[in-house]
Amino acid sequence: MAEPQAAHLAPDPQGDGVDTEVMTINIGPHHPATHGVLRLVVDLDGEIVRDLRPVIGYVHTGIEKSCEDKSYWKVIPFVERMDYVSYFFQMEAYCGAVERLVGLEIPPRARYLRTLFLELNRIHSHLVWLGTTALDLGAISMLWYCFRERDKILDLFEMATGQRMHTRYFQVGGVIEDIPLGFEAKLREFIADMPVRVTQYQALLDRNEIFLSRTKGTGIVSRERLLDLGVTGPLLRAAGEPWDLRKAFDYLAYPEMEFKVPVGTVGDNYDRYRVRLAEMVESVRIIEQALDGLPEGPHIADDRKYVLPPRSELSTSMESLIHHFKLVTEGYRVPPGEVYYSIESPRGELGCFVVADGSSKPARVHFRDASFVNLQAFRDMAVDSYVADMIASLGMLDPILGGVDR
Amino acid sequence: MPDAPGLELIRGEIEQDHPGAVLDTSFDRDQPALVVDPDQILAVLTWLRDAPGQGYGFLSSLHAADYLPATPRFGVHYELLNRDRVERLRVKAMLDDPAAGDLPEIDSCVGLFPTAEFQEREVFDFFGIVFKGHPNLTRILLPEDYVGWPQRRDFPVGGEPVTFTFNERNYG
Amino acid sequence: MLRGTLEGEELERYVEERVVMTRFDKMLGWARANSMFPLTFGLACCAIEAPISIVTARYDLARFGAEALRASPRQADMIILSGRVSIKMAPIVRRLYDQMLEPKWAISMGACSSSGGMFANYAVVQGADKFMPIDMHIPGCPPRPEAVLYGFTKLQRKIKGNPDQGWRQRYNAVGSEEWARGGVASKPNPAAAEAYETARELIHA
Repeated sequence: MAEPQAAHLAPDPQGDGVDTEVMTINIGPHHPATHGVLRLVVDLDGEIVRDLRPVIGYVHTGIEKSCEDKSYWKVIPFVERMDYVSYFFQMEAYCGAVERLVGLEIPPRARYLRTLFLELNRIHSHLVWLGTTALDLGAISMLWYCFRERDKILDLFEMATGQRMHTRYFQVGGVIEDIPLGFEAKLREFIADMPVRVTQYQALLDRNEIFLSRTKGTGIVSRERLLDLGVTGPLLRAAGEPWDLRKAFDYLAYPEMEFKVPVGTVGDNYDRYRVRLAEMVESVRIIEQALDGLPEGPHIADDRKYVLPPRSELSTSMESLIHHFKLVTEGYRVPPGEVYYSIESPRGELGCFVVADGSSKPARVHFRDASFVNLQAFRDMAVDSYVADMIASLGMLDPILGGVDR
Repeated sequence: MPDAPGLELIRGEIEQDHPGAVLDTSFDRDQPALVVDPDQILAVLTWLRDAPGQGYGFLSSLHAADYLPATPRFGVHYELLNRDRVERLRVKAMLDDPAAGDLPEIDSCVGLFPTAEFQEREVFDFFGIVFKGHPNLTRILLPEDYVGWPQRRDFPVGGEPVTFTFNERNYG
Repeated sequence: MLRGTLEGEELERYVEERVVMTRFDKMLGWARANSMFPLTFGLACCAIEAPISIVTARYDLARFGAEALRASPRQADMIILSGRVSIKMAPIVRRLYDQMLEPKWAISMGACSSSGGMFANYAVVQGADKFMPIDMHIPGCPPRPEAVLYGFTKLQRKIKGNPDQGWRQRYNAVGSEEWARGGVASKPNPAAAEAYETARELIHA
C-alpha cells in the first residue's frame, strides 16, 4: 500500500493558510455500495479524486480453468455464474459459440424463445441496476419498487425453467424445455404492466432535484476515449455512439424484431440512466413481438449427436438410448477449431471464445466480459471530480464483479 | 467478415509493407484469422488500424490460449472489429515456450489500443506471457503474491476431493 | 389502577396475564435472536438473493427483527456469507469477522461458501469453514429467499438456546460433530500436511 504522496504536498493552494496533502484512501472491498467486492485505491485531494486504481480479483472463481475439465454440456452451469445478473446472456454466448463450432442450426421456435428470455433478463438486469444505484444515490425506496418487478420476472423464470436464477435453460441446439401452459398469459400481464412501472420510476427520479444535480454533468467521458478503451453497451450509447450488437450482427431472432436503440447526447451519468430506462421499454416491445410471432415447432434441434433425445423415445428406440447414454456419460465431441462469438449483454459486448481440440471437453473457454473492459473507463470518469460524483459514476457504470473477476 | 479471397487480399497488402509478417491465414467456420509473426505484431496491428480501406480500429478482445502439446504453445489472439463495415478479423501471434525459468514475450499494444491494458494484465496473470512496454504489468485477478500460471494446461485445476464415508479418513 | 381496585383472585390473574417469569439467559437469547443486526456483505450471485432480495417487500427480513443492516462490522452481529469466497477474499472475510463484536454469528449461504460449491478449483476456498466458524449452512445455488429465511429462523432458535439438534439423538449420532481444524476437538493431521508440502513443491518446481 502506498503511503500518502508527500510529493503532492501543496503548501497553501487556496491562500487561506491551510496546507493540503494528497491522501491515498482505500475503499473496499467491503463497502456499503452494493456493487460487489470492488476495491478502489483513490488519491484524494480534499474531496477531489486525483487518481483512482481499481483492484479486482476478490471474487475470482477460476471458471475458465474449471471449464476445461468438464464436458461441453456441463460447462453451461459454470459460465452462467460469471455475470450473475445476466445469466441467460452467458449461456447464449457459450451455446452460440459451440453451435458455430459444431455447425448446428437451431430451430426458429428456439431462436424466438431465446430472444424472449434474453430480453426478460435484460429487463431484470436493468431493474437490479436501477434499484441498487438509486439506493447508492440516496433514493432508497427505488430498491423496493424495482425488486417488486424483479420478483415478477423471477416468477416467470421459475415457471418456465424451475429456477429463479441460474436456470441452465439454454442448451446447445436450442432450449431445454418448451414454455409451459399459462406462461404466455402471465408474460402478457407482465408486459402490459411494465411500461407503466417504468413511467412510475421516472416519476420518482426524473424531477428529483438531488438526483438530477448528482447525475447531470458528472462522469463525462468523450466518445472517442470510450471507443479507445473498448467500452461498449449503454455507456457507449449514452455518449452518442449508436453501436448495438443486436443491430450490427444478425443473431437469434433480432433481425426480425423492430426496436429502437436509445442513444444519449452528452455522455454524463444522467444520459446513462435515461438510456437504460429507455432500453427497458424497448425490451418490452421486443418481448411482445417475440411472443406474438412465436413460431410452432421443436424447441431444440433434432441432431441426436449433440442433443438429448426426448424421454418418450427412450423406451421404444434403441438408437435413442445409445445416443442418450453417450451424451450423458462422455458427451459429444466437437471437431477441432476455435470460434469467437459475441452478443449484446446489458453491459456491453459479451464475447465467448471456445477452442475445441476434437475431444469431449473444451480446450479453452474465455469470456470477454463487458464489465471487465468497461471498468477501465472508471478512472476517466472519476478523476478531477468529487468523491460523491465518483460514487454516482460507479453506480451508472454498472459493474458486476462476477463478470469482472470470472 | 472479409471472406476468404478478401482475407488473402489483406495478406497480400500486408506482405508488401511488412514482408514475412503474416505466416498463415485461416478461414474456419466463417471466421477469418491471420497468423502473424509475434515480432511484427505491432506493425501488423497498426497497419490494420490505420491503412486506408482497412479501419479495424476497435479491439474487441485480447486473450490467449495454451495449445499444449502442440508447438508453438501459446497463442495470443487479437479480435479486431471494423465498426463501419461491421467486420471481424482475428489476428493470432503464436509464441513458443522458452527454456524453463523464462517467460514468453511479446510487444504490448497498449499504445495502439488502450483497452488492452487490463486484458494484457489478465493474460500475464494466467499464462505468464510478458508484454513488453506495458505500463503496469502485475497480477490483476489473482493475489499479487500468487505463484504459478493457472490457465496453462499443465497447471492442475486444484480444489480438493469430495469426502464421502469411504475416503473421509484420508483427508483429516 | 389504584391500590384496592382488584383484590385476591382477580389481582392474581391480572398479574399473571401481564408478568412473565423466565431465566435471564432465555430472555437474553430471545432479545438477541429477535434483534439481529446483519452486516451488508455480499460476495457473488447469492448476494442478489440475500442481502438484497430478502430485505425487499416479498421476503421481508424486517418481520424477524433483522431490518437494521449495518455497513460497519463493529455494529453488526451477524454476517451472511453470500457467495463464493475466493482465495484473495478469504483473509478479508476473516478480518471482517474478527472486527465484529461478540456475540456474533455467521451464516454460510449457498453451496459455494458452505463447501466450495461447484467450483472445486484453485481459486475458491472449499468452504468458509476452513477459516472461520460458521453457525448455519444453507444449501442451494442460490438458495431461494425462503430457504434463507428458514435458515435464519433456525439460527434464531439456536440463539435462543434450543438448537434443532434433536436428530443427533434420534439417529444415535451424538459425538459425530465435526470441528474445524483448530477447534475444540480437532487433531493435527501429519499426512495432510505432508501432502500439502509435496503439492507446493510440485508447483514451485
